[in-house]
Amino acid sequence: MPRVSFDTIIALASGSGRAGVAVIRVSGPGSAALLKALLCDLSDVSRETPLPKPRRATIRTLHDAEGGFLDEALILWMPAPESYTGEDVAELHIHGGPAVIEAVIAAALKTRLCRIAEPGEFTRRAFDSGNIDLTQAEAIGDLIDAETEGQRRQAGRLYQGEAARVFEGWRGLLISAMAALEASIDFPDEADIPGEIDLAALEPIEALAVDLEAALGDAGRLATVREGFRIAILGPPNAGKSSLMNHLARREAAIVSPIAGTTRDVVEVRLVLAGYPVWIADTAGLREASDAIEAEGVRRALTRAEEADLRIWVSDAADVSHETLASFREGDLRVLNKADLLNGDSPPLAGDEDVFVVSAHTGAGLDPLERRLAQLVRERLETDEAPLVTRARHRELVEEALAAVERGLEGARIGIGAELVSEDLRLAARALGRITGSIDAEDLLDVIFSQFCVGK
Amino acid sequence: MHSESFDVIVIGGGHAGAEAAAASARFGARTALVTHKLSTIGEMSCNPAIGGLGKGHLVREVDALDGVMGRAADRGGIQFRMLNRSKGPAVRGPRTQADRQLYREAVQDILREYSNLTLIEDGVEDLIVEDGKVAGVIGQSGRSWRAGAVVVTTGTFLKGLIHIGEKRIPAGRVGEAPAIGLSDRLYGLGLRMGRLKTGTPARLKSSSIDWSGIEMQAADADPIPFSFLNDRITVPQIACGITWTSAEVHAVIGDNLHKSAVYSGAIAGRGPRYCPSIEDKVKRFADRDKHQIFLEPEGLPGSEYGDTVYPNGISTSLPEDVQEAFIRKIAGLERVEIQRFGYAIEYDYVDPRELTPDLGVKRLPGLYLAGQINGTTGYEEAAGQGLVAGLNAARFAAGSDPYILDRSRAYIGVMIDDLVTRGVSEPYRMFTSRAEYRLTLRADNADQRLTEEGVKAGVVGSKRREAFHVKRSSIDTARARLEVLSLTPNEARAHDIRINLDGKRRNGLEIMAYEGVGFSKLREVWPELSDVTPQVAEQMEIEAQYAGYLDRQEADIVAFRRDEDMRLPADLDYRAIGGLSNEAKEKLSSVRPATLGQAARIEGMTPGAITAVLGHLKRVAKKSDKVARG
Ligand SMILES: Cc1cc2nc3c(=O)[nH]c(=O)nc-3n(C[C@H](O)[C@H](O)[C@H](O)COP(=O)(O)OP(=O)(O)OC[C@H]3O[C@@H](n4cnc5c(N)ncnc54)[C@H](O)[C@@H]3O)c2cc1C
Ligand SMILES: Nc1nc2c(ncn2[C@@H]2O[C@H](COP(=O)(O)OP(=O)(O)OP(=O)(O)O)[C@@H](O)[C@H]2O)c(=O)[nH]1
Ligand SMILES: [Mg+2]
Repeated sequence: MPRVSFDTIIALASGSGRAGVAVIRVSGPGSAALLKALLCDLSDVSRETPLPKPRRATIRTLHDAEGGFLDEALILWMPAPESYTGEDVAELHIHGGPAVIEAVIAAALKTRLCRIAEPGEFTRRAFDSGNIDLTQAEAIGDLIDAETEGQRRQAGRLYQGEAARVFEGWRGLLISAMAALEASIDFPDEADIPGEIDLAALEPIEALAVDLEAALGDAGRLATVREGFRIAILGPPNAGKSSLMNHLARREAAIVSPIAGTTRDVVEVRLVLAGYPVWIADTAGLREASDAIEAEGVRRALTRAEEADLRIWVSDAADVSHETLASFREGDLRVLNKADLLNGDSPPLAGDEDVFVVSAHTGAGLDPLERRLAQLVRERLETDEAPLVTRARHRELVEEALAAVERGLEGARIGIGAELVSEDLRLAARALGRITGSIDAEDLLDVIFSQFCVGK
Repeated sequence: MHSESFDVIVIGGGHAGAEAAAASARFGARTALVTHKLSTIGEMSCNPAIGGLGKGHLVREVDALDGVMGRAADRGGIQFRMLNRSKGPAVRGPRTQADRQLYREAVQDILREYSNLTLIEDGVEDLIVEDGKVAGVIGQSGRSWRAGAVVVTTGTFLKGLIHIGEKRIPAGRVGEAPAIGLSDRLYGLGLRMGRLKTGTPARLKSSSIDWSGIEMQAADADPIPFSFLNDRITVPQIACGITWTSAEVHAVIGDNLHKSAVYSGAIAGRGPRYCPSIEDKVKRFADRDKHQIFLEPEGLPGSEYGDTVYPNGISTSLPEDVQEAFIRKIAGLERVEIQRFGYAIEYDYVDPRELTPDLGVKRLPGLYLAGQINGTTGYEEAAGQGLVAGLNAARFAAGSDPYILDRSRAYIGVMIDDLVTRGVSEPYRMFTSRAEYRLTLRADNADQRLTEEGVKAGVVGSKRREAFHVKRSSIDTARARLEVLSLTPNEARAHDIRINLDGKRRNGLEIMAYEGVGFSKLREVWPELSDVTPQVAEQMEIEAQYAGYLDRQEADIVAFRRDEDMRLPADLDYRAIGGLSNEAKEKLSSVRPATLGQAARIEGMTPGAITAVLGHLKRVAKKSDKVARG
């Protein structure tokens, strides 16, 4: 019996569960042999089994080792190197029932020409073959995990290499600043080259430091996209907070009752607004607590208020004077509930920006509130700028680059040697280069020779 | 037929050849140096200067390994200058103008001191190859010599072709015949080869120059020797002049550009960007209204070359009449007499990716290449390679392992790694910016980095070894003393040293890390330190000044060596490694890197490809482990 090949891998590429079509993917040097084995028609062994034409969708019958019928499949044969992994790849589009999937994979494994892929192994191979760079590989992971439109957009940008371009651009800034320093070091007798550190040459680096810092701040925004935007509903007891959340969630997630102090713990629901994941937290009514449990509830509500990306303050429209324990902040929304009980009176503050007069009972005024929420989520999470630091690995390297840049700038200000400033910039450039994986000293000389006339 | 036999034969008596022959002899090998003319051993083909930024570092390293160049430069140097004197110690570059005759004679004298080195005058036409190994050389005279290893250091002589305007003259240097037979042999071995070009300016008669209006640049008042064995320079020092081109000069050149060999398209080889011809400068930097020219005497007044001046900055391949016309438009040169016209030279080089890091040819065991033949330019680059190739040829002949210097140990290591890993696209010259561990690899500490290594490798003689051991123990003693002497911040303030009042005691080294505190300050505080020599004091100052940076580099070097220690088998089949792109497979198979670190430095190599190679190695190791355990 042939030994199991460890170089060829197989896995279900589409999601598990019932579906119209399932895609099984095979990659590695044994893909051709495996495909032939599955396509081999035992009833006519005289004929050599042909492979489908490369990159042409072809309908063929899959058989097991005994020649039994497995399924009628649409086959894509993509020989190396023009495939996702850079290796020979075959895709089998079969009928989506769990039994069919099982049977095809079992028949493939039985040939001992392949093994089951480890999680992420196809992407890992694409990366190893140089087909995609590190940031792209990481972005594909995100793309597969993306549940919402916003996450998909972000991962998509990263995948198209936008992040890589920004990192490379930053590295380029460092290299041209270094070129000026290095030229003054390596060509001291040249008339064309300034002898001392030219602080003007470091100006773009000052700007770079700001960008790096912003990117690290931006990392917070991106984490939000990945983890979800957090909204906290706050306000006095009985204002209708739970009712409002239930309405937004479209289900009875929290208990509603006329008893003040019904909600005692934080109740969270997840929903999608403007394509982004959002967590909405209903909290205990804020007041001087009457017992230890309620006191704890109030404490948790206040913590939530602190952590939230957005706060909604709910009060009874007939009683807006209520003093809340945590103060209202710029950017928070105010909801005046129970408008149905107002008999047409206009409550104080009504008409102000970000004040919504609603009725959780009748649903009046809730549409504008939801629209405003979606708009805010989009504004805060979506930007046209390239998303940057999305991964812990990137973050560490950008932090390393920022530290080196700041050290170098500080050094230049207090007048340390050009070779030391340059050393710090080199370390920064190297850290950024490690994100996308490019490292090169020759780059530097290229810049020097294009900018300065050197050579005696 | 006469057939004397040696352990090592070196072909070519240029800077690579002299160093290779001497290193092989120091190792103890019976060595022969075969060169066209014994009288041109140590000849400077071009600019009569040794050292500079990066280059001076190479000379100090050659010297630390007991080579020839530093000692010869100290005997021939007529204008010592420490470049970047005002900058940090890592980027100071020792340089000197040299009297061509004094320098050449010094090299020849030093070579004659080796009793196991035979100098032979002949041109080598071919190699003797037996059983796939090099076995000797055949001369034009018909004589042949057998050897266990051969080093080829033929400089620009392989199919050398001189261009002046439309004239083409086959030559190795002006007035010397090129080597054709040897070049054909190297092509015959199937080595990848290419053409490169370089150029040289006209030579001027010093007494016809009007020096009255020319700015002069003097030598340093206290010339610092190249060699760690010398403590002073005794050769008289001269000054160089500085003049400039002008718009008028540029106009003459611009009008005649089409007559330049470089611009008429007659030259296929690529020239160095950092040593452009004046035609190049005028064309590419059209916005500059003048370019600097150094007027460098080629010898001491009254000597053989005393009346010759090398005008550094106007190398050219324009026809003679145009050269004369533009040169005479330069300030001070209005009535100058030209002794020899400038020219461009094209020559064959061997793609250095054909070599292993010991400079051996992969396809022909026992054959080593060094110097300009490997695509480099410059005497110092040639010398550094010559030393490594000569030593390794001798080790090969003796059946010892190769000796390899890596990038973290020496500029020589940086250079050889760049060459064998990335090849060249223009003549390769050393710059300090090529060395990522620049703060560690300094000209001042070359002996501390390398001499002990050289002793182990068998390339350092006893005189140097003893001198070094004395110096090292005085450095160690001084460091130990500074570590015990200490001050509180208040005590420091009493001596005018401003330190944070944090109550922390600081030792002598820590105090010197403060801006403006040098060793002389420590002597004020602790008069007992007055017996420390200036060289040792300087080492202490540098260590203190770079302290934080050196620690960071040390950590980097540790990581670097981890990858360098991961050796790749010479017969590794890259085509069989899954997950490698075809491009990566091709590059790896053609370079055949010696270590994983070297593989990562191949141009265009992705981290993914390196992971794939690593993964493959681990899998193979696991398999053979299993086999071994049965
Ligand atoms: C025109 C010109 C301009 C240059 N300009 C510069 C410059 O501006 N800056 C710079 O840094 N460098 C310059 N160089 C380069 C510098 O001269 C060389 O890089 C350096 O000399 C190379 O040393 P080498 O030992 O490799 O070869 P070389 O110094 O060229 O020595 C080669 C030796 O080998 C001998 N030889 C050759 N073939 C044979 C054979 N078949 N048999 C026996 N002996 C043989 C020759 O006679 C010669 O002695 C220039 C060189 C030339 C020719
Ligand atoms: N008429 C009217 N009653 C409402 C409205 N919204 C909520 N209520 C009622 O007000 C009472 C309190 O509602 P909840 O949603 O439990 O209020 P809460 O703010 O969560 O209260 P605690 O959890 O006790 O802090 C319930 O009896 C609701 O039915 C509204 O818009 N109109
Ligand atoms: Mg509630």
